[in-house]
Order: sequence, then C-alpha cells, then structure tokens
Amino acid sequence: MSTIITPIYMDYSATTPTDQRVADKMAQYLTVDTAFGNPASSSHTFGWDADDAVKQARQDVADLINADSREIVWTSGATESDNLAIKGAAHFNTRKGKHIITMKTEHKAVLDTCRQLEREGFEVTYLDPKDDGLLDIHVLKDAIRDDTTVVSIMHVNNEIGVIQDIAAIGELCRENKIVFHVDAAQSAGKVPIDLSELKVDLMSFSAHKIYGPKGIGALYVRRKPRIRIEAQMHGGGHERGMRSGTLATHQIVGMGEAFKIAKEEMATENDRLLMMRNHLYDGFKDMEEVYVNGDLEQRIAGNLNISFNYVEGESLMMSLKGIAVSSGSACTSASLEPSYVLRALGRNDELAHSSLRFTIGRFTTMEEVDYAIAQTRDAVEKLRDLSPLWDMFKDGIDLSTVEWAAH
Amino acid sequence: MAYSEKVIDHYENPRNVGAMDKDATDVGTGMVGAPACGDVMKLQIKVGADGIIEDAKFKTYGCGSAIASSSLLTEWVKGKSLEEVKAIKNTDIADELELPPVKVHCSVLAEDAIKAAVADFQSKQ
Repeated sequence: MSTIITPIYMDYSATTPTDQRVADKMAQYLTVDTAFGNPASSSHTFGWDADDAVKQARQDVADLINADSREIVWTSGATESDNLAIKGAAHFNTRKGKHIITMKTEHKAVLDTCRQLEREGFEVTYLDPKDDGLLDIHVLKDAIRDDTTVVSIMHVNNEIGVIQDIAAIGELCRENKIVFHVDAAQSAGKVPIDLSELKVDLMSFSAHKIYGPKGIGALYVRRKPRIRIEAQMHGGGHERGMRSGTLATHQIVGMGEAFKIAKEEMATENDRLLMMRNHLYDGFKDMEEVYVNGDLEQRIAGNLNISFNYVEGESLMMSLKGIAVSSGSACTSASLEPSYVLRALGRNDELAHSSLRFTIGRFTTMEEVDYAIAQTRDAVEKLRDLSPLWDMFKDGIDLSTVEWAAH
Repeated sequence: MAYSEKVIDHYENPRNVGAMDKDATDVGTGMVGAPACGDVMKLQIKVGADGIIEDAKFKTYGCGSAIASSSLLTEWVKGKSLEEVKAIKNTDIADELELPPVKVHCSVLAEDAIKAAVADFQSKQ
C-alpha cells in the first residue's frame, strides 16, 4: 500500500493548485530575460511579444467555451466578472426597466452585487431552488416582468455542485429580450460549454478553480446579438473600454494555458473523478442518517456534499485533521449562520450544520479517497457517541417535537 | 481558526462522557441549546447525601469548543457543593480554554447547563 501524505486536499471548489505546466508557462512572462513587456506597448518588441501571448491566451479561453476571442474581457476573477456583468448590464438597460432576477443559492459575488443594486433603486427577485438545488423553469417564467432586464443564474453551484439547465433558461430569456448572465466559475473545464449554441449573453470565469493562478478571470460578452454593458473600471480604455487596467500578461497566459489543458483533458478527467466520487459516496452509503445535499445526477463529478445527521460539521472537520474539506456549519463562518445554500434547499438547520463538502480534483488519488472514507467514518462514530441528539434519535424521539432552549 | 491546546486535548480525550438515569432523585440533568443553533449540551450531576457532587457526565452536539467547555466543566464540578458550582462563570471556562471571542457562546452554554442541572436536582428534592 502506498503511503498517504497528509494533509490531503479535498477542497478543490475553494481553489485548486496551479498546474505545473501552467506555472512554467507563466514564468516566461515575468523576469528581465522573458517577455515581460506591457501588451499595450505597440512601439517595440517587448510589447509585441506580450501582446502575442495575450492573444493566444484569449484564443485558448475562447476555444474551451466555443466563443470568439473578441468576446473575452480579462478581469481580476469571477467576482469582478459578476460585478461587471450584472451592474454593467443593469445600468445600461435602465431605460427598459430596473428589475433583476437571480437565485437564493447564488454565490455571494452575485447576491451582494444585487444587494448593492437594490440600494441604488433596482428591484431584485431571489428565486428559491427546488429541494434538489435545481431551478424550476416555471418559477423563473412566472417571475419575469416587462421591466426585467437581467437574469443571473449560476451554471454550477459552488457548495453542492448541481448543474443548472442554462440552455433552457437562456431560451426563455432570449424570448423575453432579457440579458442572461451566468456565473461559470465552478463549471468551466468541468462541464462542456458551447456558447455558439447556448443563449447566454454574459458569462463569468475564474482561472484558479481550474488549475490556473488566482487573481485572473474573464467575462464573456456576446457580440451577436451584441450585448452592451457599462464599464465599472475606468482608465486607459483597455478591453474595448469595458475594463481598463494594464493587462497582467503572466496571469492571462496562466489562465489561457489552464483552459487549454482543461479542453484537452476534461473528458478523461471527468471519468476519473466520477469514479472516485462514486467510490467516496459508496463508502458512506451504509451509514445511518446520511443525506446527500443537492441532486446527485445533475452534478459535477468532483463534488460530494453530504450531511451526517446529529454530528456538528465543525467538530467533524476538527476530527478530520488529515483532510482539508469545508462545511456548511455555522461555526465555520463568521456570521454563525449555517449555509444559506443548504437552507434554501429546505434542509433543516441540523442537517445544514452537519454537512461536509468533499471536492476532489486533478491530483486526488484513490488511496486518498479510501483514507477520507475511513477517517470520516471513525470521526462520525466518535462524535455520535458524544451526541445527545444521536441518543434521542436512537430512543425514537422526534427532535422536531422537542422544545429547545434556543440561545 | 486555530484552537488552543487545551481545547484540542478536551476534544480528543473528552472526560466523563456518558449518561446517568435522569429519573433518579440524586441525579440532576441540564440540557441546553438547540440543534438549530448548532449546539446542544446535556450535563448530568450525581449529588451525594452531603450535598457534594459525586459524579458528572456529559454529551454534547456542537463544535470543538462546545465539547471542550462541557468536558472541562464535568472535571470542575466533581467534589464541589451545589453552591460552589453555581458560582462558576462562563468567563472562567473561556479563560481556561483560551476561547476566541467568536466561541465565547460555548462557555455561556456550559454555564447554563450546570445551572439547569442544579435546578433540576433541587426540584426533585
């Protein structure tokens, strides 16, 4: 048996290590002997070399999503892309209306952007998902009004990994002449995306979720039909005026290389991840009171979000010293509120507090999965022996009928 | 978040885990907290004829700090009178375990638990 080196990383949805091939490429655009120039310097070879690299990266990003390279706008990451897309489209279309639709399970980069627009006088509708985390298209249909200008629905949820039907949502938005924005930070390189087919107008991307560097992302802005947005960052008029600021050549090259590798390896990587994810879930299936959060079929291969009832998530993570995972437990967040995503699925607070998110990726091995199963089972057993709620469950007491001294 | 060594020690080697007969007249049970809040503490004391706590047991659903707070408390209350344990303050627990501000509510819960256990015992006498 091979040795396991701990801690094991199973938090790939938080971030990924930069692929060595990507890091090597980035190093060619930094130091004095490399192509360190400003891509906007059009008068000398330092600038031309950097510009060539940016052009290639733009093409590589566009190729993964079947878009035109002129539809790619570089940003600092998916958060900035979300801000630019939603604020940019909402502000541009105020003559038509000031109503925006999104979902309660969106990433904070979308939700907080919408909150800001509410403060500016926009109206936002936050749709509930179904219990499986997916959006019911009829719920969206009913929410659309004459003054709706932007719909923002994420492709893959960061916590539960479920994949929304953006093809159907896009059709509905196009029929109603509504700008459709998709946060694809968690889906690019994991789910095939074909923007020549999808009726998506704006799409946010991040490099570090797919083995690229942190600090770089992109926004896809559709050209046909042309989507117009108001810039949020003003300056030298870079990126066709949509996002000013000197281009970070090494970061951009890193993102391009990461997306290129993703296009080449996505299919085989997904097969491998799905096999490991299923093995991980199989390792827990026979335990009592275990619940998968979110639909298991419409889900990316690398995600397993699972609740071990009557065990609190933070203490569970404390037991899993050798494994880096995350939890929806309130105790892991500064707000002391359990995961708003799990609550939006209609999960009760106990199950939200009891959740663990395992996200596996390119460098995960089967031995690590086996180790995670064994560690988790031991920890859950230990903590259930400590849990008064587990005793009550075993005594047949329905916890929902107990009057708790809430604090 | 980094835990103090004391929290980790209590978490990994919890003292006095278990349950006593809650219907026995010499046993006082305090259960506080709520699953919705992410922590529930059950603390039990067994009181001798001389009014001294002979034994204490706990079970806790909650984060590491909540488990450590209740474990520490069971150590502290053994051999003490009811009046003495009622004087235990949450700040004593928080100081001993070096709890960060965000975890102070765990020590509040432990103080509530021992007070509830004493009250339960006294109501049976």
